[in-house]
Amino acid sequence: MYPQDCRYSKDHEWIRVEGDRGRVGITDYAQKQLGDVVFLELPEPGRALTQGEQFGTVESVKAVSELFSPVAGEVVAVNGDLVSKPEAINKDPHGAAWMIELRITAAAGVSALMDAASYQSFVDSESK
Amino acid sequence: MADLRKTPLNDVHRESGAKMVPFGGWDMPVEYSGLIAEHMAVRTAAGLFDVSHMGQFEVEGEAALGFLQRVTANDVAKLVDGQAQYSALPMPSGCPVDDIIVYRRSQRRFLVVVNAANIEKDWNWLLAQRPSGCGLHNLSDQFALLALQGPRAAAILQGLTPIDLAQVGFYRFAEGTVDGQQAIVARTGYTGEDGFEVFVAPAAAPALWRRIVAAGKPQGLLPAGLGARDTLRLEARMMLYGNDMDETTTLIEAGLGWIVSTDEAKGEFNGRTVLAEQKAHGAPRKLVGFEMTERGIARHGYPVSLAGAACSAVTSGSFAPFLQKSIGLAYLPAARATVGAELDVEIRGRRTRARVVPTPFYKRPRP
Repeated sequence: MYPQDCRYSKDHEWIRVEGDRGRVGITDYAQKQLGDVVFLELPEPGRALTQGEQFGTVESVKAVSELFSPVAGEVVAVNGDLVSKPEAINKDPHGAAWMIELRITAAAGVSALMDAASYQSFVDSESK
Repeated sequence: MADLRKTPLNDVHRESGAKMVPFGGWDMPVEYSGLIAEHMAVRTAAGLFDVSHMGQFEVEGEAALGFLQRVTANDVAKLVDGQAQYSALPMPSGCPVDDIIVYRRSQRRFLVVVNAANIEKDWNWLLAQRPSGCGLHNLSDQFALLALQGPRAAAILQGLTPIDLAQVGFYRFAEGTVDGQQAIVARTGYTGEDGFEVFVAPAAAPALWRRIVAAGKPQGLLPAGLGARDTLRLEARMMLYGNDMDETTTLIEAGLGWIVSTDEAKGEFNGRTVLAEQKAHGAPRKLVGFEMTERGIARHGYPVSLAGAACSAVTSGSFAPFLQKSIGLAYLPAARATVGAELDVEIRGRRTRARVVPTPFYKRPRP
């Protein structure tokens, strides 16, 4: 059920890579754990992120969750529409609800992430 | 996790796919179909909650009224049969051991409903107050409690009971049958909406739950969890014991002067001296409602400051689904606890502006 064209982190972020760019969001599993999302805070374009660095915060009515960059890169775009309508994270987490676009500075980081099948088993083991 | 207590509806919640969480030692549903949908269903149609984890004590006997007068803040003598009263168990400091509802079943028989997390503490506290001439019984395991809340609650419940609900006013209750089962039906709740709390035997609860859900579905009813219960009660500025008040906040500071009776007729009770003094001359601090004026969600425990000086902490805070804004409660020094006063809530290290507003944040439209 997780899109094949993305790679996944243990913090439940996905990245969809095209060339040296990649869009980042949170997984369907993560949005389900959070519940109804009502608040999103994202960085300004231009910010350099290391792998695993916090780049923002997402909040549901009940919970606060930090967002971590799955790879090292520079933020080249931010989904401003999503900040004003964060409920899209619940509706289309792997599509319209991308959060930031990175220019990837360490390509090796991407191959270290999980593919869809590995992420699925990771989630299955976490929810036991 | 293994020793979490379960209500008689635990299997029903799990079968329905509710998201379960530990709450005050209980395994409870936090969410069914989604917190916001459940919250809105209660505001516009109806919602059904399992609150069987709450505790029930019976006080009965010749001296029951006298004992309750001594240990509670409100004037129990004002109750008639079939009437309920919001109250608290104050300590000599004027701070509550718990907040409670007292139901008068007859002149010498009362039911006291207490918070789930406080059952044991309240029980020990009441025993230590030396009841004499009356019996005190912990009936918590003998009742399941279903809360049917929302503007359509009466219409839904009326189809299942011969009790004429039109005759059961706010904070009144009746004893009869619901879906053929013996029940106490009280027009009380914790959502700011019209609604009922139905006490039944634990064995009767699963079938009754399913019946109410089936009867209510065509009217827009949703089964709801503790998540929506918390946001609903906060919009209505109803207090959560352990967050908004505890053993360090007096009832007057908490804004509950209206449940403190200093009438001579009530007589002496725990905390009366402190509470009467604060009621007459004011308390040094007051619990206020605020809304965020900058982007951000205030949450329980976040630091509160006034003009740059640390002051207190948010006692309850959330995004309010019906009002579509971020609201919260916090204690402020009495001089600053006025509508319009500015405060800052520290959200992840950043001071974020908020303003004191009138409460309740939400008041239901009266028909």
